[in-house]
Amino acid sequence: MTRNYFEKELEQLHIEMIKMGSLVEESIENTIQALKKQDIDLAWDVFKNDDVIDEYEQRIEKHCLNLIARQQPLANDLRTISTALKIITDMERIGDHSADIAEITIRMANEKYIKPLIDVPKMADLAKQMVNRSIDAYIKQDLELAKKVCASDDEVDDLFFKIVLELINIVKSDVSAIEQAINFMFIAKYLERMADHATNIAEWVVYNVTGEHEHLTRYYHKDDRIRNPFIDK
Amino acid sequence: MKSDLQKIHTQNLDLFYGDTQALKDVSISLEEKKVTAFIGPSGCGKSTFLKTLNRMNDLVDNVKISGKVFLDNLNIYEKYDIVELRKRVGMVFQKPNPFPMSIYDNIAYGPRVHGIKSKSILNEIVEKSLKNAALWDEVKDRLKQNALGLSGGQQQRLCIARVLAVEPEVVLMDEPTSALDPLSTLKIEDLINELKKNYTIIIVTHNMQQAGRISDKTAFFLLGEIVEYGSTDKIFSVPEDKRTEDYITGRFG
Repeated sequence: MTRNYFEKELEQLHIEMIKMGSLVEESIENTIQALKKQDIDLAWDVFKNDDVIDEYEQRIEKHCLNLIARQQPLANDLRTISTALKIITDMERIGDHSADIAEITIRMANEKYIKPLIDVPKMADLAKQMVNRSIDAYIKQDLELAKKVCASDDEVDDLFFKIVLELINIVKSDVSAIEQAINFMFIAKYLERMADHATNIAEWVVYNVTGEHEHLTRYYHKDDRIRNPFIDK
Repeated sequence: MKSDLQKIHTQNLDLFYGDTQALKDVSISLEEKKVTAFIGPSGCGKSTFLKTLNRMNDLVDNVKISGKVFLDNLNIYEKYDIVELRKRVGMVFQKPNPFPMSIYDNIAYGPRVHGIKSKSILNEIVEKSLKNAALWDEVKDRLKQNALGLSGGQQQRLCIARVLAVEPEVVLMDEPTSALDPLSTLKIEDLINELKKNYTIIIVTHNMQQAGRISDKTAFFLLGEIVEYGSTDKIFSVPEDKRTEDYITGRFG
């Protein structure tokens, strides 16, 4: 075997990606716990830890650019490095959304929630699972798992519209709930975005393995959604 | 001033071949146990500069050198034993140049010149040097065969082993892979990466990508001057001088 140094650098990159991935997973887990239990200390932790995730993004980006500048990566090596460069942006955005949710949790610290949280945690679990699986798929270069992630995006979208509809109905009957309703709407939107970023990551994993980059979400109900987004499917 | 990391430094080095100035006011500090690469177009002075570091230019007619070259803290152009200097600062050339003798004798040559006669010590040196040059496994069963029968890449590793046999501190390499095929080149590059744990390595290369792959620091030479010198990460991603940028991106001339 030749290119020992380059091999070691690629391994190092892989380790950095795993670390960043686990930080992102942890941030989702914690932000959901904090929201459910109104645990303000935990919410602050999530909020502060976002800086650590951002630092990882910068470090990995620099590492990738150096490898491209100095090591002439080709074929699979080139795909691995460009995939890493792309998905750290998605991971960083997922971390941002965790922090966004934590911020809302902190803002609602002293309020009783307008409704028991049922669909929001369900949606959060789904989004979290998608993120975990997409990162796992990247780490293991698992094509099938990556495709599964893309396929489950519709479920999250359905839940999103369900929650929005529910919140609209709450506000219709009680205008004073509007502030919290808007906050929960943001939370639902952030979770929906997390799932989108997980889908992006999964699509890049498919590219990494096959060399083809396609959009793999299904959008079964796309036309209906645009005409009337809040009809329960 | 000598810092802890500095192995060789030069001050205001000028060099003339007759009336032609080949080096202009070169002042640079080269770090210990690091790989430093010199890059630049043909005739920029990088090989000439490399050769001043173990006084190989002394052999050229009509050469005039002024300025200072320090190895550790001693000026090698003042009262310095040249044999001792070349033991401490070894050199590997562009084309592999094994002596027309056995593999064993090629390696034992230097230690014998320096007075080592004991067979067992020489055996040890030969084995250790060949291992350090990543050649031992390929030649251990034919040490008595003529070195000229080795492939180009093996010959070059033999030349590196020959340099290591006299336990130098600095290894100068003047385009050590330009006569080799891509695979042998990568083997030598891996070897250089191993060697820097114990040796200070200074390498001249026309292959800019090679400088990127193997060096910690890079100096860009142009018309006898150092235009830019810094970490290879920086030189290859955000060079400061427009001329460096033009050279490394191939927009030169």
